[in-house]
Amino acid sequence: MIEGRFGPNIIITSADRVINWARSRSLWPLTFGLACCAIEMMATNASRFDLDRFGIFPRPTPRQSDCLLVSGTVTAKMGERLVRLYEQMAEPKWVISMGACANSGGPYYEHGYHVVKGVDQIIPVDVYIPGCPPRPEALIDGFLRLREKIMRETIARKQA
Amino acid sequence: MTIPEIHTYLREKLPGAGLELVEAHPDPVIRVPAEAMIEVAGVLRDDSELHFECLMCLSGLETAEEMLVVYHLYSMRHGHKCTLKCGGPKGDQVVVPTVCRIWPTAEWHEREAFDLFGIRFEGHPDPRRILCPDDWEGHPLRKDYVPQEKWHDIPLTQRGYGRSREGGGL
Amino acid sequence: MSELKELDIPLGASPEKISRLLADFEDVHGERLMVQMGPQHPATHGVLRVELVTDGEMIAEAKPHIGYLHRCFEKVCENLTWPQIVPYTDRLDYCSSMNNNLGFVLACEKLFGIEVSERVQTIRVLVAELNRIANHFIVIGTYGLDIGAWTPFLYVMQEREHILDLFDRLCGGRLLLNYIWIGGLSHDLPEGWLRQVRDYLDYMKGKIKEINDLLSYNKIFIERLANVAVIPAEVCIQYGLTGPNLRGSGVKWDLRKNEPYSGYETYDFEIPVGRGEVGTVGDCFDRYMVRVREIEQSLRIIEQAVARLEKMPRDDVKAAIPKRFTKVPEGEVYFRTEHSKGELGFYIVSNGKAKPWRVKCRAPSFSSLSVIPKVAPGLLIADMVALIGSIDIVLGEVDR
Repeated sequence: MIEGRFGPNIIITSADRVINWARSRSLWPLTFGLACCAIEMMATNASRFDLDRFGIFPRPTPRQSDCLLVSGTVTAKMGERLVRLYEQMAEPKWVISMGACANSGGPYYEHGYHVVKGVDQIIPVDVYIPGCPPRPEALIDGFLRLREKIMRETIARKQA
Repeated sequence: MTIPEIHTYLREKLPGAGLELVEAHPDPVIRVPAEAMIEVAGVLRDDSELHFECLMCLSGLETAEEMLVVYHLYSMRHGHKCTLKCGGPKGDQVVVPTVCRIWPTAEWHEREAFDLFGIRFEGHPDPRRILCPDDWEGHPLRKDYVPQEKWHDIPLTQRGYGRSREGGGL
Repeated sequence: MSELKELDIPLGASPEKISRLLADFEDVHGERLMVQMGPQHPATHGVLRVELVTDGEMIAEAKPHIGYLHRCFEKVCENLTWPQIVPYTDRLDYCSSMNNNLGFVLACEKLFGIEVSERVQTIRVLVAELNRIANHFIVIGTYGLDIGAWTPFLYVMQEREHILDLFDRLCGGRLLLNYIWIGGLSHDLPEGWLRQVRDYLDYMKGKIKEINDLLSYNKIFIERLANVAVIPAEVCIQYGLTGPNLRGSGVKWDLRKNEPYSGYETYDFEIPVGRGEVGTVGDCFDRYMVRVREIEQSLRIIEQAVARLEKMPRDDVKAAIPKRFTKVPEGEVYFRTEHSKGELGFYIVSNGKAKPWRVKCRAPSFSSLSVIPKVAPGLLIADMVALIGSIDIVLGEVDR
């Protein structure tokens, strides 16, 4: 409602700080585990590399989640469903592309006829996490970078 | 029983079937004509000396001239194995009778062989593609397959920075 | 709920009979509903879509749709050289990548006529069994999660982290390892690694009892799984179910004993079989319990392998790897191994060149999943989740 209505000024920047702080400290990703990266995502959610301490709590439905963690290879058949789920998520929403397959097609880049060569061909991506599969520490790093990105946003302009 | 012994036994049981023993490395293969496939499969499963109750694997195979279906059978009772091949020349549509009423596990394997090679299975209860989407064009594992560039507006090509290798990839 | 009591579906009724009973029922009471389960679903173990036609809460038909993770493994293999395929086999069943590597490598070694040393075989058995345990931990944890239990998931994932640490020290990877190569291994065991495996074995004493206390003999868990989705032994064999699914239905069949490879015949271990201890033989609980008992047997095998490796002198694990793969014997072979999920078979056709002509992977989960249309009618929707979890599928294998 208020996004884009006002230019940047002191009230907006203070509101920004609070809103961004709240949004980034409680990112609820949609559990979109497709392939091998999903197992590392599960391991990151488990007790050793606990993601809950960052406020990250996986949700099974797109209506309740703010971020879409694409972990694994996106194929043509699944790509359709992925776009649909992305559209069902409410604003503000972010996308993290986890793993080589989601970044650019990964090992199936050359000969995979059914593989989408990178999920950013179909939805906009905010953070890319390299690795095949990325270690849990890398996934946590990806989330922290997404946090920094969210902290830099402002409600004066609509989210890109 | 070894594969040559199984072949001799089958020839005695079904003299008109036209079974051939093809030498291969490391084990020979029994070649079955498509018309005789169901009869041969029935004997292989039900005969007490053979008793091949397990179909381990059913695969499509494209050779230089033919499109084949390869069956790998195993008998838990006797412990012997057998490999069958059935198919036809590549030029026309290859049609092979389905064995899913004899070995129900073949149902999905045959759908996969149809999806990836285009081999039709006569009498199959559900002859749809299984791995690729239903409106996919072409049969991917054929040697002359040309991948499609898009499916339902989803791009499937490599991106920017030029092609990586001559003759490779999409 | 009283309507469900009036419709009595006898145990073991055929799908045709169930459809008929439900059709008569619905003429009186109402119409059926089509529910799509998946492909994005927390309890389908990956991207599986099952189309359910339900009458109230009871399932009349179930049709699985796969292909959402079809990554063109077989086409990719035709364009890569033999050693380059091994990392792609990791990604088939990504929970137990050593077993996949082993299956492919043994098939190639049979075709090329390569023999490896006893030390390489023993190390292969050791890492394959470690990975089997890691895989079964994931199955137990996620199965508990599907049924509704969060804590066992966290417990077993922690136990699994120790195994992943061992793999990390061994070859640098946690999940996708590319360790077993055609003709040998990628590198030899690091110093002190065997001592760490011994420490892990000591740590695991008593952990199985902990898992059993926490989850397996929990009253709610048993109520959810006993007598649910009974798969008789003949149906298992007809539909190609193998591994723990077949053993859960009472058939004592394990390729490590019946068709041994890589030296398994020299190890002393038992084959756990479903006994119907809380319900019927072949129900979900039996399939689950077989996996828990297999972890114990795998620990026995690992102990024996470690004892042998401690006494064996070091040798070159890459000694039998061919110098080049550009000219290999022609031929075709089908070789199967006992993978964590069942019988993993590789059908390889070589025309003598550096790249294979055809590689077909017979995945155990592919055949296991095909039994769903036969077994699901008559189950409640919640039991469907129990069934899918108990047959242990991984879509990376199913779709390849």
